[in-house]
Amino acid sequence: MTSRISSAMMTIALLALASTLFTPQKAWAGKTLEAIKQRDAISCGVNTGLAGFGAADSQGKWSGLDIDMCRALAAAVLGNADKVRYVPLSAPQRFTALQSGEVDILSRNTSFTLTRDASLGLHLTAVTYYDGQGFMVPASANIKSAKQLKGATVCVQSGTTTEKNLTDFSRANKLDIKPVVFEKFDAANAAYFSGRCKAYTTDASSLASIRAKEAKNPKDHVILPELISKEPLGPLVRRGDDDWAAIVKWTIYGLIEAEEYGVTASNLEKLKSDSTDPVVLRLLGKSDDTGKLLGLDRDWLARAIGAVGNYGEIFERNLGEKTPMGLKRGLNAQWNKGGLQYALPIR
Amino acid sequence: MIGWNHPRIRGLIYQAVLISAVVALIAWLSHNTWVHLKERGIQSGFDFLWDSAGFDIGESLIAFDASQSYAVAFGVGLLNTLRVSCIGIVCATLWGAVLGWGRLSNNALARGLCYGYVEVFRNIPLLLQLFMWYVVLVDVMPASDHPLQLGHGILLSKEGLLLLWVGAEGVTFTPEFVALTWGLTVYSAAFMSEVIRAGIVSVAHGQAEAAHSLGLSRWQSMRWVILPQALRVIIPPLTNQYLSLIKNSSLAVAIGYPDLVSVSNTALNQTGRAVECILLVMAVYLSLSLFTAWCMNLYNQRMALKVR
Repeated sequence: MTSRISSAMMTIALLALASTLFTPQKAWAGKTLEAIKQRDAISCGVNTGLAGFGAADSQGKWSGLDIDMCRALAAAVLGNADKVRYVPLSAPQRFTALQSGEVDILSRNTSFTLTRDASLGLHLTAVTYYDGQGFMVPASANIKSAKQLKGATVCVQSGTTTEKNLTDFSRANKLDIKPVVFEKFDAANAAYFSGRCKAYTTDASSLASIRAKEAKNPKDHVILPELISKEPLGPLVRRGDDDWAAIVKWTIYGLIEAEEYGVTASNLEKLKSDSTDPVVLRLLGKSDDTGKLLGLDRDWLARAIGAVGNYGEIFERNLGEKTPMGLKRGLNAQWNKGGLQYALPIR
Repeated sequence: MIGWNHPRIRGLIYQAVLISAVVALIAWLSHNTWVHLKERGIQSGFDFLWDSAGFDIGESLIAFDASQSYAVAFGVGLLNTLRVSCIGIVCATLWGAVLGWGRLSNNALARGLCYGYVEVFRNIPLLLQLFMWYVVLVDVMPASDHPLQLGHGILLSKEGLLLLWVGAEGVTFTPEFVALTWGLTVYSAAFMSEVIRAGIVSVAHGQAEAAHSLGLSRWQSMRWVILPQALRVIIPPLTNQYLSLIKNSSLAVAIGYPDLVSVSNTALNQTGRAVECILLVMAVYLSLSLFTAWCMNLYNQRMALKVR
């Protein structure tokens, strides 16, 4: 018996290999959109279960910020936000699944880095969440700063940028941290909550999600103030299909700009007839036909906003202070409200 | 004069054609993969092995720090795999022998217990067993400041197994290592006991009776009469068990032990060289298995019936 896990990984790699071998040269350049239309569904690579970003409930209904990006795209491209086929991927599987054409888009809390952009044959689209790596410790441990973690064992999930950041932080501060690396998210969570590790490290937003969903009592765990890295998260697509990359990128910018100009899922129809703001009219396809330039129809963005709401609505619904995640907008506020979310203009 | 149509020549021609076809297929596959990876802007090649790894490994038999290369990191993973496999093979063989013996015991209770053990442990998937042992270790065990005393200088806690009498400061085995070695031993021993029992039973009953009538004790007859004959039957299937134990050790990745697969997963993610990393891991397991099989074959030849 071979390891079930490594055999699953091998299957993915061999799938990648096989499709690499048998797909004729450049068959998909510009063809992703066509394939999606033919299939009548977007194949979307998502997390196996991270509340607030991508997780299925007991009825198998997916929700989260990453999920809403796929739904917005399905609404823009296929006219129906439900036409998404979700492919849950573990961290080590995700890039191969995208490279091999198993998914059209990887919307799975993935950090943008130079290595990923330059060497994986992938294309970064737009940042949907500005994050940073943090630490969570049991409140009873009375640790106030990550610099107190000298010689500590720290639980990590493998296949992420986290391991390297942890090592960098440990070396820079001479902490001699011992990582315990798990392939599966669940195993890493279980090990931390059973007390195997002094601390748990991953993106701060994920820590909030894990604390809210997995801890017996969320108040027993504190997230330390230090962020030890920059983790800009967003969807990735394959290289070589610039048209599809543009659709993904501008759908995200459209949702962000919709918030900036106060277009919401509920006031959309009213604004379509009443608004005199040229930006709003452009967003809603009432003046310029931006859809035509992307190979879509006039109402593409209006449909996306109607299906999932603007960026602010998406954030509040999945991660905001009224959800168990309880995250503040912080870096993810609009650029004119002290945050970093700055949509390139839809025009 | 042997003609083209001679069966031997024909056979050689068929073999030559088959071998060239296989070689051509492999060459075609590798070439295509290489060309298409390049075309899609996916960088490939094994050059990354000499780059600095940049990540720490929780436990290592040799000194390792993040500035060393991926090749060294793979080496650390390999040593961790070997450590678990070697200790696992020794423990599982001994424990399997005890169980096999127990199943042949005259004592009904011992027989029944061993039978129950074998049926339970060989029929539950190993992955579940590993999770169970790991949870027992990290969830149920006390914290390191109130460890469980198992015997003189043997302490068990969430931090792992501490042997105080080894060296000046004692030696600690992490819970991941303990759970994996223990789980592999407990699981594999169930299979090995059946192999060993089958070997012993395969020796004709008359042999034991003959030994008995020569005045050999039960132990003497086992050592000098039964076992030498049984080993011939035992060694080949036991080799299979050793090979599966080595391969099963790759489940380490599920419970956080930094074996070869775990290190390769991290390297794969950081470099994106999926095909390379998986080829490397496959090559290592293949070599390990072939080496083990080769050693066991040598041993088997020594034990085989000497026909003079």
